[in-house]
Amino acid sequence: MSEWMRICPLEEIPRLGSRVVQTVKGEIALFRNGSDEVFALRDQCPHKGGPLSQGIVFERKVTCPLHGWTIQLDSGEAVEPDHGCTHRYRTRVDKGEIYLNLA
Amino acid sequence: MEKMKLVMIGNGMAGARTLEELLKLAPDLYEIEVFGAEPYANYNRILLSQVLSGEQSIGGIMLNDVEWYAGKGITLHLNRQVSAINRARRTVQTSDGKTAGYDRLIIATGSTPIVLPVPGSDLEGVVAFRSIRDVDTMLEASVKFKSAVVIGGGLLGLEAASGLLSRGMDVTVVHLAEWLMERQLDRAAAGLLQESLEAKGLKFLLGKQTVELLPAEIPPSPPLHPQGVRRGVPDASGITLSQSKGGAITVAGATISSLKKRGAIAVADATIPPLKKGGTRGDLRVGAIRFKDGETLPADLVVMAAGIRPSAALAEAAGIHCNRGIVVNDTMQTYDPRIYAVGECVSHRGVSYGLVAPLFEQAKVCANHLAQIGISRYSGSATSTKLKVTGIDLFSCGDFTGGKGAEEIVLSDPSAGVYKKLVVKEDKIVGSVLYGDTADGSWYFQLLRDGQNIRELRDRLMSGQSHLGSSGHQGRNNASSMPDDMEVCGCNGVCKGTIVKAIKEKGLFTLNDVRKHTKASASCGSCTGLVEQILASTVGGAYQPADVSRKPLCGCTDYTHEEIRKAIIERKLKSIPEAMGFFEWRNVNGCASCRPALNYYLLCAWPHDYRDDPQSRFINERAHANIQKDGTYSVIPRIHGGVTTPAQLRRIADVAEKYAIREVRCTGGQRINMLGVKKEDLPKVWSDLDMPSGFAYGKSIRTVKTCVGSEWCRFGVQDSTSLGIALEQSLDRMWAPHKVKLAVSGCPRNCAEATIKDVGIVGVESGWEIYVAGNGGIKAEVSQFLVKVKSAEEVMEYAGAFIQLYREEARYLDRTVHWVQRAGMDYVKARIVEDAAGRRALHERLTDALRDEKDPWQERVRGMEAREFVPIRLQS
Ligand code: SRM
Ligand SMILES: Cc1cc2nc3c(=O)[nH]c(=O)nc-3n(C[C@H](O)[C@H](O)[C@H](O)COP(=O)(O)OP(=O)(O)OC[C@H]3O[C@@H](n4cnc5c(N)ncnc54)[C@H](O)[C@@H]3O)c2cc1C
Ligand code: SF4
Ligand code: FES
Repeated sequence: MSEWMRICPLEEIPRLGSRVVQTVKGEIALFRNGSDEVFALRDQCPHKGGPLSQGIVFERKVTCPLHGWTIQLDSGEAVEPDHGCTHRYRTRVDKGEIYLNLA
Repeated sequence: MEKMKLVMIGNGMAGARTLEELLKLAPDLYEIEVFGAEPYANYNRILLSQVLSGEQSIGGIMLNDVEWYAGKGITLHLNRQVSAINRARRTVQTSDGKTAGYDRLIIATGSTPIVLPVPGSDLEGVVAFRSIRDVDTMLEASVKFKSAVVIGGGLLGLEAASGLLSRGMDVTVVHLAEWLMERQLDRAAAGLLQESLEAKGLKFLLGKQTVELLPAEIPPSPPLHPQGVRRGVPDASGITLSQSKGGAITVAGATISSLKKRGAIAVADATIPPLKKGGTRGDLRVGAIRFKDGETLPADLVVMAAGIRPSAALAEAAGIHCNRGIVVNDTMQTYDPRIYAVGECVSHRGVSYGLVAPLFEQAKVCANHLAQIGISRYSGSATSTKLKVTGIDLFSCGDFTGGKGAEEIVLSDPSAGVYKKLVVKEDKIVGSVLYGDTADGSWYFQLLRDGQNIRELRDRLMSGQSHLGSSGHQGRNNASSMPDDMEVCGCNGVCKGTIVKAIKEKGLFTLNDVRKHTKASASCGSCTGLVEQILASTVGGAYQPADVSRKPLCGCTDYTHEEIRKAIIERKLKSIPEAMGFFEWRNVNGCASCRPALNYYLLCAWPHDYRDDPQSRFINERAHANIQKDGTYSVIPRIHGGVTTPAQLRRIADVAEKYAIREVRCTGGQRINMLGVKKEDLPKVWSDLDMPSGFAYGKSIRTVKTCVGSEWCRFGVQDSTSLGIALEQSLDRMWAPHKVKLAVSGCPRNCAEATIKDVGIVGVESGWEIYVAGNGGIKAEVSQFLVKVKSAEEVMEYAGAFIQLYREEARYLDRTVHWVQRAGMDYVKARIVEDAAGRRALHERLTDALRDEKDPWQERVRGMEAREFVPIRLQS
């Protein structure tokens, strides 16, 4: 059984922005960066659980809206000097459609 | 392509910093080879004082260890002294015969301590205070001996003395001048300093000139004599004895064991090396010091801290132009264009610096040119001094002697151990000496460096910035007396000890470094002054206050807010990518600091053409509601002037019930807040409310508070409510560099608290007084009087013009108070009060900018940015 789920067309997410996906595994933030790469993180900042989906996206990073930690989109790791990690999910873009793998 | 070869001589603080800066700019341009005479990689020389006093270990002061060099692909030679530079062949040669070729050469040889040219200065136990080796020597001596003499009562000497004192030695400081630190302190401050050092146990001999260092006394002749040594005449084994007038016997030409055999007892053999061939008195240990007036003083250890001299001999021998130091131009280049020099060995515009802050600036400029960017220049630095002796607060900067046309502002309170002196010339601070309470040192230094006109600050200068009320750290404003476990940064919960530890372990020098590593003062910033003090007291003069006069927008660019705003207009840049492209932003998408700033600058410059970029706004402004800690939002509708109606209240009540709003409360801004709304529900809530957005979330117009005024109040002399409502309506939907709050009171009782607002209006019998640049938040600031006018229409024009000037000229995230502090009230008055045409033009620009702004809530009710509010739901 394939674990890849089709989510939405790429254009549904604003460039340098994000959408929240409600899944069986809770809320997942789906990000699209300036080069149209797509990343998925659990929508909870490792600091105090802030919704990362609401942050400002740049390069492969997002800055949390609550206290300004920066989280690496491709690993879920907080950028120095902060420490912490949020769960990262796999994504791929195929013919303009975004797929998410919750495994 | 083959890389160019870069060789560096000297691996100290300035040199290593140059390499760091260079690698940031051009990591692959050079193959780098470094020669250092010391057996260690780069360490923090400044902290040697703390190593000596035991507050720090050698391991703890490494800045760049050997691994760092290896990791960067740099060839590092330790313990290798360069003995010659061959400029024709472009090679350097070491004293052990190694040569290396260069395309570019950096000379960073630092300086050499001055050793007084007196007899005995080569005795064992006479050291300088410069390197780890010197500290080792002192520590060794402190274990075995009792009395130490430090020659030189300057910064270095006092730090050495207090270090040795804490190691249990009996320490006397001998100083040629009449008072301590005469180059940094005036007599009064030096007196206080001396008193507190004496209280700690140091002794002082001032106005004393050293003429000789005497070797340790050998017990009187009898025990020696029987063995057949005669005074003044070398015996069979070459030993000479001589006796001074005071009776002390000195010995030359002996080995320890030979003396011992002859019955000498008071010689500590381990520290006196055996006689070398052609040995001199240097093989003997120092025992006393003699002054010009004939007096002597016992000394088992003598520390020479009588100044330093640029190490320029190597360069001079190679024919490079030197004048005391190696002469460089503003790009840190020597007279040989392939050769650069940085650090204490340099003479720039006739000045050699002995503190790291300016040297680090030199390093940055040098790296910029080596990286072939070639745009920066070094134009000299003002320096400040801080003594790093625990428990002593001392700060000095600039020229404290004043001279012609200078006046002194002095506050002296000897019983409290406080002395402050400011030297002011033509309304500018030119120097300052602080003792006991140095909280405002960095503020004064900043004013000095910025050349800021202090006429308006004058009354408050002495009470200082720290007295202007700031919240969040229990009102404490004196870092050195704070215990380690006391909280400095209330926002991020950072204690003093954590900050000190990070500064020492990570080798931090700037406020930004500390912010990055500890988060202290990275949020609300109210503890910035304290953090700066902690920095200053930990790293001393090496502390580099943030240069606010040239503040790059953020880490993505070197250009300032002002330069960028100017170019946006002149170059007609109309989008964030265009602006970033024009200034060659380092990061393609910028970051969370610069994007919101650029978005605002563009919006302010092109109110009708610019397409706002929601992705460059903080979530509150993107969602038009305040995000809460649990991810829900709050909704604050606009209630002009705080005046509401039963119909509005009914709607608010209905909405609160319909959406099960968890809390409804009155805000501090005279309106109503509904908290705990799910993002998805926001557009529905706004639709049902049918009220305009209160912009309680924005860097924008917030509220205009009013009091009841003459319509009701028995004291009221003006209709503050109507004016407040009119003002708020005229500013509706206005974005700004930061939030803008106004208030209008109907009489001088000022119930609307107008005097802590960005613009505050106070009604008087004959009209209205207008105040500006107040702030009631992190650091309370009372507003300043701008002008008095007669009519409400005039208030609208003056207030509008002031706000537009702020919108056009302040830096993003400046409140009005911060901007006015920089620009000066004189300037504001010139533009708003004195220039009637200019004022009208400003007011018109504001009205024009706001003419087609729409209410964001109603736009979203109609479907704009709908995606922002709707999550994606998966079917399964
Ligand atoms: C709601 C309110 C507290 C209340 O329940 O009364 C409030 C709430 C917040 N204030 Fe405030 N401030 C509120 C009145 C004030 C006042 C009083 C006033 O406006 O008369 C002040 C001091 C006056 C001033 O600003 O000069 C005030 C000074 C601050 C500051 C410090 C500003 C400064 O420059 O020093 C901040 C932090 C900031 O903006 O960086 C802040 C920040 C905040 C934030 C926005 C924090 C944040 O970023 O999330 C709070 C949002 C809570 C929320 O979601 O609603 N709030 N805040 C008040 C809203 C008034 C309104 O109707 O819009
Ligand atoms: C105890 C102490 C406390 C201090 N406290 C402060 C303070 O609080 N604040 C402050 O700002 N400054 C302070 N300073 C001064 C500060 O340390 C110096 O300004 C700074 O280190 C100078 O940097 P530099 O690179 O020019 O020289 P250095 O750091 O001295 O480095 C020069 C290096 O070059 C090597 N070298 C010289 N000639 C050769 C050669 N021919 N071949 C190979 N290598 C060579 C030297 O061995 C040395 O390692 C203090 C200094 C001392 C000693
Ligand atoms: S509402 Fe204001 S004072 Fe209260 S916790 Fe929030 S920011 Fe602090
Ligand atoms: S919750 Fe993300 S930074 Fe605090």
